Amino acid sequence: MTKTEFEPAIPSRPVYGVLHPAVGSAHLFVADGEGAGAVCDALTSAPALKAAAHVIYIPGANGSDHTGALQALGVAQFHRAPSFAAALPRLTKVLADAHMGMQIYAAGTEGLMAQVAAAAQAAGLPYEAVQMEHRGSLARRVQCVHCKGVTENVTLDPFQCSHCGLTLFVRDHFSRRLAAFQGVCIDAEDPGQIPASVERFK
Amino acid sequence: MSLDFNDETFRGDFTYRNSARAIKRFPFPFPEDSYMYSVNMEPHVPGPVGSVFEHMFDVDEHYVSEMRDRAQVLADDPLRCQSLPHMELAGWDLLELIMESKARDYPHWFSLHRDGNQWHWINRPLQIEQRFTFMDASTLPCGPMEYITRQTQGDFTLQDQRDDDLWIEAGMVTTQADWSLDFDIGMSFKQWHAPVPLAHQAGIFDRALKFLLKLQHGAPVRRFNWTMTVDPLLDTSPENYPKWGPSKTTMTPETVGRRQHLRVELQTLHRLPRSNAIAFPIRCYLISFQDLVTVPKWARRMHRVVRDIPDELATYKGFIRNKALMLDYLAPFDDGLPTSPGFAPE
Ligand code: HEM
Repeated sequence: MTKTEFEPAIPSRPVYGVLHPAVGSAHLFVADGEGAGAVCDALTSAPALKAAAHVIYIPGANGSDHTGALQALGVAQFHRAPSFAAALPRLTKVLADAHMGMQIYAAGTEGLMAQVAAAAQAAGLPYEAVQMEHRGSLARRVQCVHCKGVTENVTLDPFQCSHCGLTLFVRDHFSRRLAAFQGVCIDAEDPGQIPASVERFK
Repeated sequence: MSLDFNDETFRGDFTYRNSARAIKRFPFPFPEDSYMYSVNMEPHVPGPVGSVFEHMFDVDEHYVSEMRDRAQVLADDPLRCQSLPHMELAGWDLLELIMESKARDYPHWFSLHRDGNQWHWINRPLQIEQRFTFMDASTLPCGPMEYITRQTQGDFTLQDQRDDDLWIEAGMVTTQADWSLDFDIGMSFKQWHAPVPLAHQAGIFDRALKFLLKLQHGAPVRRFNWTMTVDPLLDTSPENYPKWGPSKTTMTPETVGRRQHLRVELQTLHRLPRSNAIAFPIRCYLISFQDLVTVPKWARRMHRVVRDIPDELATYKGFIRNKALMLDYLAPFDDGLPTSPGFAPE
């Protein structure tokens, strides 16, 4: 479970840090895939928080599943969800019930972290309320600028939009509101001239 | 349509034309023979009679047809007009600014009668008459920003100001140079400018933001931006890129003069009084190369700007693939003579 090295990013793309256990009455952790490692590191360095910690975990789309390690932490509440969409109702409820002083942490892929931050904002919390640490897969959540559909876990560039079928190149431009990068038709000017896909976001 | 306004299209058969008067008053955006990004802002004060700067909001011969084109874009894609819930007050500020300016500057076309909060607006070119209660959105057919920008040329965005930053949180965007309001809405000044090359590193956005945060009500400023567009298409949106992208590949030496257009954005920035938001109108003017070269200074200068522009900018602006074609067309109009400083024809 290594930390991810980032290439320099354009200013719309968030920069991520390292989870720092903070003082608070409750601690909500949401992680996917290798993000489990960041949760383990944080709670191992501050074991006193475990009694007030709620961990929601989604195994990675690339198959990485660290459920066992998280369960072994012995936190107050642990929930394993099959997807972010499935976790969202629970997350929304926890955020709505949150008291002042609840600390929120997100770790794993950029798409996961951005969706946690968007859920927190929808609950009236500022974007900065969510601590983020990137771990593992660089797979991107991408919105097709043409049909507006979002494709999850994009590793190839260009890739085919899972909604409208256009072949899209992946820009670095990132919307926090949509929790997504932008995909733009690659053969708009020369229909049918599509370069081979490369695995850019392992 | 009355004699004041052209009946023309910005799509399909592209019947858009500039009259001799429109060519003469075209806002040519280059004060010198080369171009690079800069913090190019100056007070938006009234300019010479007949110029596009004469009034706060220029209404020209394309007005009625442009509004028809906007209505079509919105019917096809309602996401081109969005306003986050807390931005309605800024929408009222904008409606007031535009209605008061137009009624003052063009009394033969627009009238505004105010009796307390009971307002009566008349827009003769578009044959609209509306009585409504100022600050009560239920008395208008749609929100205040959408209502007034369906009647005003140019795109509009509204920026909330907080945490020492500007946040793009409402807009009417149907004549954009290839950026998406739906994607950018909610972003901060540097976030929405993220795709622009070179300018961040040059500190341009730091300085521009610092300046804008101190913008005062009643002291609007203006700047130019420009790009190139094939055919007089107002809606060069990323959303519709697969529809208009192929037009870049079908220009020939015979058609470049008629089809290649310089696209100029006259951008103004206005602090709004109640919301403290900043309104950003982005007014688009299009001129074909064949009309542009009728002014010798513009022809010379356009050739030099396109010839010497850094590849990063030509790529970002989307015309690098046609640069050679454009230069072949413009070169014969450049006799190498010096040009005078400033925007005006010699
Ligand atoms: C506050 C209102 C403003 C808004 C809403 C705005 C919006 C935008 C947008 C959406 C783009 C296109 C970015 C993309 O490629 O996705 C852009 C480009 C740009 N903006 Fe702004 N802008 C504003 C003010 C300014 C100011 C005050 C400056 C002054 C330096 C500026 C300088 C630029 C430049 C240099 C570009 C690149 C244009 C090109 O090469 O075509 N902007 N702006």
